[in-house]
Amino acid sequence: MIEIKNLTKRYGNKLAVDNVSFTVNKGEILGFLGPNGAGKSTTMNILTGYLSATEGQAIIDGYDILENPTEAKKKIGYLPEQPPLYIDMTVDEYLDFMYDLKKVKVGASKKDHITSICNLVKIADVRKRMIRNLSKGYRQRVGIAQALLGNPEVLILDEPTVGLDPKQIIEIRSLIKNLSQSHTVILSSHILPEIQAVCDRVIVISKGKLVADDTETNLSNKLSEDIRYTLRVDGPEQEVEKVLKAIPEMKSVQALGEKEAGVFEYLVEANEGFDIRRELFKRMSSRNWPIMGLRSSELTLEDIFLRLTNDNTYQENGGEE
Amino acid sequence: MQAIFRRELNAYFKSPLGYIFLAIFFYFSGQFFTSVVGSQVNQINYVFSSLFSILMFAIPILTMRLMSEDKRLKTDQALLTAPVSLSGIVWGKFLAALALFGVAITITVIYFVILSAMSEPIWNIFFGNLIGIILLGSALISIGLFVSSTTESQMVAAIGGLGAMFFIFMLDGIATLLPEALSWLRTVFEKISFTTRYNDFTSGILDFTNILFFVSVIVIFNFLSVRILEKKRWS
Repeated sequence: MIEIKNLTKRYGNKLAVDNVSFTVNKGEILGFLGPNGAGKSTTMNILTGYLSATEGQAIIDGYDILENPTEAKKKIGYLPEQPPLYIDMTVDEYLDFMYDLKKVKVGASKKDHITSICNLVKIADVRKRMIRNLSKGYRQRVGIAQALLGNPEVLILDEPTVGLDPKQIIEIRSLIKNLSQSHTVILSSHILPEIQAVCDRVIVISKGKLVADDTETNLSNKLSEDIRYTLRVDGPEQEVEKVLKAIPEMKSVQALGEKEAGVFEYLVEANEGFDIRRELFKRMSSRNWPIMGLRSSELTLEDIFLRLTNDNTYQENGGEE
Repeated sequence: MQAIFRRELNAYFKSPLGYIFLAIFFYFSGQFFTSVVGSQVNQINYVFSSLFSILMFAIPILTMRLMSEDKRLKTDQALLTAPVSLSGIVWGKFLAALALFGVAITITVIYFVILSAMSEPIWNIFFGNLIGIILLGSALISIGLFVSSTTESQMVAAIGGLGAMFFIFMLDGIATLLPEALSWLRTVFEKISFTTRYNDFTSGILDFTNILFFVSVIVIFNFLSVRILEKKRWS
């Protein structure tokens, strides 16, 4: 459905997207994961025809976005990072305008179509209000409504849950999940759990380079081999540290200081493939130092990249030639 | 294109801009007309020739927002990712400004009717003038639109537009001030003089080259605006 070949985008000397290729199949939800400034939005902007690539091709359902822009754009519903709203219009006027602009052809009448979309994204109660007066959450939903007009086959959503409250986030995620039955979706985010909750397949991009392209399950497996724990022990700090370091499978121990009276926290990391939790318990209890807490430490995006790329292919200065 | 045309035309009446433009236009043209009636001459062309200087101030009001606002609000992302061509976007906006301008100049029809009631109507002079002002207005709108497409700020677009209009207005004056050594430049300025060509219309001369001149200006500047949109993609 979507095919991207050797896409490169340069802003002057800066390489924003560096030779990225991937394909998305019909009906798939593809997650686009990366930190801010990784090139997610640039890639999406190229895919939708807002920007032109310096090199490479983007093909939507057989139509090249540069050679056949009108046909390709008809297939796409796009929610950019900042929803493109005319704030001097009411929601109804805006959706009416976008309907005409996109030359929508659907079975239902214009009015019914817009109404059904408003109900879908739950903005029916603000339809008569000026967009200028809407909260960020509502504006975001109007942006999503605009992307859904005409039931495009491809939906490209750039950080669709930004600015929404937790309840709305869950609603929008389930909405996207439902939409995927009849649409091909590309969704970007810098939040891993969001991608995990919604997507079948994940592409990780960093500094313009594609660093991983895998199914959600595989990615989760890779990431679930949790080997880092935050540990709280009631005992003398330096001695505890010494005992922890004495565990043969231990890779590193880092003291994080006193968190409660007499209780110290440590970040411990085991060698890959070893579960040290039992050993931790035995050694602490034999010395009568109660374990006050043990939880696996959350991975940061940087950690994820390091893991996904087996430390070697991902380099700090990956964005430069 | 139609969707953009409708949205921009509506937008004029959602902000004070459309009303300000019409108010300025009606007020000054009314002043000119009153003095024509007061001096008891059947010369509607006096109203038209005076309107040139008013358009200089009024047209930038029409065009300042057209392209710059889209960049600022990022609504250009909606336009550029919709199945519309770039020239469709530019011409849609151009025609919206032209439509409002058209509303403004219908007032001259009323002046003509009033004058005709008092004396013999001179049809050919009136229609020549009408064609002249439509062409002049369109050309100035396309220039203002182009200035607006180069910036994100309405204010910069307004001031830049005003500067461009002022330069056009002064072309003849500048030409006469040029030294003999630059006579070629003087010829160029005289050839592209909007005032001379417009004055031909107001004095009742319907010269085909003048029509062609204004149409060319419109086409060229709208084309340049399209190029500016195109360039943004590649930068």
